[in-house]
Amino acid sequence: MKKPLQILAPGVAAFRKESSRPGNYVSEERGETMVATHCCYCGVQCGMYLRVSAEGKVFGVEPRNHDINKLKLCPKGVTAYQQVNHQDRLTKPLMRDRREDPLREVTWDQALDRVVSEIRRIQAAYGNDAFAVYSGSSLATEKCYLMGKFARVALATKHIDYNGRLCMVSAAAANKKAFGVDRAANPWSDMLEADVIMLLGANVGECFPVATQYFWGARDRGAKLITVDPRETPIARTADIHVPLRPGTDAAFCNGVLHVIEREGLIDEGFIRSRTTGWDALKAVLPFYTPEKVGEICGLDPALIEKVGLTWGRAGKAMAFHARGIEHHIQGVDNCLSVINLCLATGQFGAPGKGYGTITGQGNGQGGREHGQKSDQLPGQRMIEDPAAREHICRVWGITDEELPRAGTSAVEMVHQAEAGEIKGWLGICNNPMVSMPSAGRIAGGFDCLEFHCQIDFFLSETCNRADVVLPGTSWAEDEGISTNAEGRVIKYNKASEPPGDAKPDWWIVCEIARRLGHHADKFQFASSRELFEELRVASKGGQADYSGITYERIEETGGIFWPCPSEDHPGTPRLFEERFHHPDGLARFHAIEWRPPAESVSRKYPMWLTTGRTVAHYLSGNQTRRIDALVQQTPRPWVEVHPSLGYKNGDPVKVTSPRGSATYPALVVSTIREDTVFIPYHWAGKVAANLMTIDALDPTSKIPEFKVCACRVELGTEIDVPPAPPVPPGGQVYPEVGVFDKLQPSAPQGRGTGRG
Amino acid sequence: MRKKALFIDPGRCIGCQACVAACRECDSHKGRSMIHLDYVDPGNSAAAMPTVCMHCSDPVAPCAQVCPVDAIPVGNDGVVGTASPELCIGCGNCVHACPFGVPKLDVPEMLQYKCDLCYDRSSQGLLPMCASVCPTDALFYGTFDELQAKRPSAKAVDVFDFGNQSVVTGNALVAPAGAEDVIPGGYSVWNEFLETPA
Repeated sequence: MKKPLQILAPGVAAFRKESSRPGNYVSEERGETMVATHCCYCGVQCGMYLRVSAEGKVFGVEPRNHDINKLKLCPKGVTAYQQVNHQDRLTKPLMRDRREDPLREVTWDQALDRVVSEIRRIQAAYGNDAFAVYSGSSLATEKCYLMGKFARVALATKHIDYNGRLCMVSAAAANKKAFGVDRAANPWSDMLEADVIMLLGANVGECFPVATQYFWGARDRGAKLITVDPRETPIARTADIHVPLRPGTDAAFCNGVLHVIEREGLIDEGFIRSRTTGWDALKAVLPFYTPEKVGEICGLDPALIEKVGLTWGRAGKAMAFHARGIEHHIQGVDNCLSVINLCLATGQFGAPGKGYGTITGQGNGQGGREHGQKSDQLPGQRMIEDPAAREHICRVWGITDEELPRAGTSAVEMVHQAEAGEIKGWLGICNNPMVSMPSAGRIAGGFDCLEFHCQIDFFLSETCNRADVVLPGTSWAEDEGISTNAEGRVIKYNKASEPPGDAKPDWWIVCEIARRLGHHADKFQFASSRELFEELRVASKGGQADYSGITYERIEETGGIFWPCPSEDHPGTPRLFEERFHHPDGLARFHAIEWRPPAESVSRKYPMWLTTGRTVAHYLSGNQTRRIDALVQQTPRPWVEVHPSLGYKNGDPVKVTSPRGSATYPALVVSTIREDTVFIPYHWAGKVAANLMTIDALDPTSKIPEFKVCACRVELGTEIDVPPAPPVPPGGQVYPEVGVFDKLQPSAPQGRGTGRG
Repeated sequence: MRKKALFIDPGRCIGCQACVAACRECDSHKGRSMIHLDYVDPGNSAAAMPTVCMHCSDPVAPCAQVCPVDAIPVGNDGVVGTASPELCIGCGNCVHACPFGVPKLDVPEMLQYKCDLCYDRSSQGLLPMCASVCPTDALFYGTFDELQAKRPSAKAVDVFDFGNQSVVTGNALVAPAGAEDVIPGGYSVWNEFLETPA
């Protein structure tokens, strides 16, 4: 019998040695405690317990019967704890003097002095706005709040943005336009009462596995499920209706469905009259979108559009949910608005079983965009150009209106500004743009133009690895703080252990930079996350996202509190729009959406559509998950998913080329994808990064990149590109060289099976 | 037949491998998963299916019966344990005897491993790790009544024919609503056997 092949990520060998032998594993850790917290990954924010040894080390996980997930976890959640004591953790500040030099360990004083002197030098030479801050939404909300305040008060720069710009910002913009507030309309438990649920561009089974129980809970009670996706994903497999449309045609599809509903007289005229405006303008664009015409645009059988129209139109109670599949487009905002139109026209709001929501991709995707790290917003979902909002925040922060910068630019634009020489310095935290931004070649070029780049993280990401200074921060288990899940429910992470080595809490690092810079240093005298939270409550008061009535204690006493929650005796607001929408007149807005083609069309040279997305075992840029044993074993590398009609065999080296780049992947031949479309998961770096090929065209409103569609060609290649090992700190053990086994495609989009062979 | 059993519903499996990851977290065999997760029709479907020990009750545990050193314990509650490392000689008889292909043999260690229903957990009233985390209840642990309360149309299959041999299992498969004979050779004697002491 041949020796089983195994792939070991760094840290795995140690895990195995310590724990894989039943004979010597001690099952009852003496003095074990369990810390109630939530998962660090996606927008579901499942509850979990971290198991902590008497010595204070996190060593395991125990399911938690929290109201959101009811014990359930996905493979990422089960293994999330393995990040905490991982051997790749950053435990010392790192620095290099010149780009060509390797990173070396330095003291906190050396690292912080360098950061402060570079900020001073760059801002003195080129102006305050030449220094940019790029933050992230996997941070607890307190830190997100701090990053906005730090940029605007300590650095006085207008250039602050966050990685939600690459994620769900199209939905945020559409929600603001249609409803006057940016939040999912319902708690997920409302799904259980729906008759029909439509899911657009959301691979729920892989990206939000634990949310599946709500969709299927509805189905177990008799609801019909409609899925819209170019790929037949695990949740689409058993859907009542699956709509395999062409990438980049979502708005046309929704208009077609609304065309059928309107033609059949299935609209809710009472609701339209009493609770909305703008129907007539929308109605005027619908005649063009006949099922035949839409079938042509979307590459669908017109009968399918009729069927969806009748199913949705005749439903007593219906709900729609979407994710990145319709949001990552140059008309991402319009796509979301076209779904909202459907819900508004049929009066599907404000009751159990009736509603709408986006499923946020990052853990704190919702909370992270509400409190002022977005380029155009201030805490509480206030707009930065709104005089009343500025006045309130200036009062809370103790600065003058002249001192508070105006709106800045978006994430990808900031990198392009670096390329153009407008931005010279960069502080990044909680993101990995080398992997996550579109058209990766140009992004690397933009970072090369910076005079100074500092990155804060707890693993050495590909982006950290090319920075001048890397500051070691904390994982989610080493600090407390709140997060808001995809429902709008505020939950709390609790501290389970101390940071490893010399790593420091992120808020300490940022406040220390502010204190050393000295500009308004008195505004950054925070000694804990709780102190930040108390200021955040005051700052959010009176805004759309009003957290002022939420306390740490109230979160622990309940299953989480839904904002707005304006006072401590307020129960929170699980369901929005029961009586009115949040525009001043209380009415929702229809938008007359016209479908526009994607930024890039297929051509003779590039005849295929390329779309990108996630796989279940990995998360975002993979900086966390590409280091975890179980997840690397499940899915060690990316692949290209192709239809059998293209003539490839499983494992063939298939070269994918777009006008921006190319890479060679093993083919995964599946009949569950459209013939005209290929798919690559985007979690990997370097030569196999899907974003080498994607286009950096942006939605004009949300500035979200069009990750989900561009043109490409595929051909038989020669050598399959090997994924690079995740970077490790100086002196760290490098990821073992990936062998022949690692060139193979997984057995399915969800990974490699563990059964036979 | 067990009163509380694992009900395995392949129709609900999304292939995420949360069960595989969770099985590795069990204190009695940390770092090692006992679950076989197969993508059953790769290329044509996203379908997947977990295979866990069925804890055969009649005949009682073929794996234990063929063990030359009696290393596989079978409890009064019908739980068929993993082979005791002190006794197991790694001969592989159990691997060949199991009608469902469940036991795994670690050749370098010369030891057998199989699901013991997370005995340290399930005997204390906790759910087995796999059923606890399964996002879709493709692995559901509880009584048949509890299953039916959640899924009124669910049917359980707990008798499987292998040639002339019928095997009655302690765990069950869930068949799609309204489907007879969906699982080849499988049928249900759930109600007749439910109250029989193990």
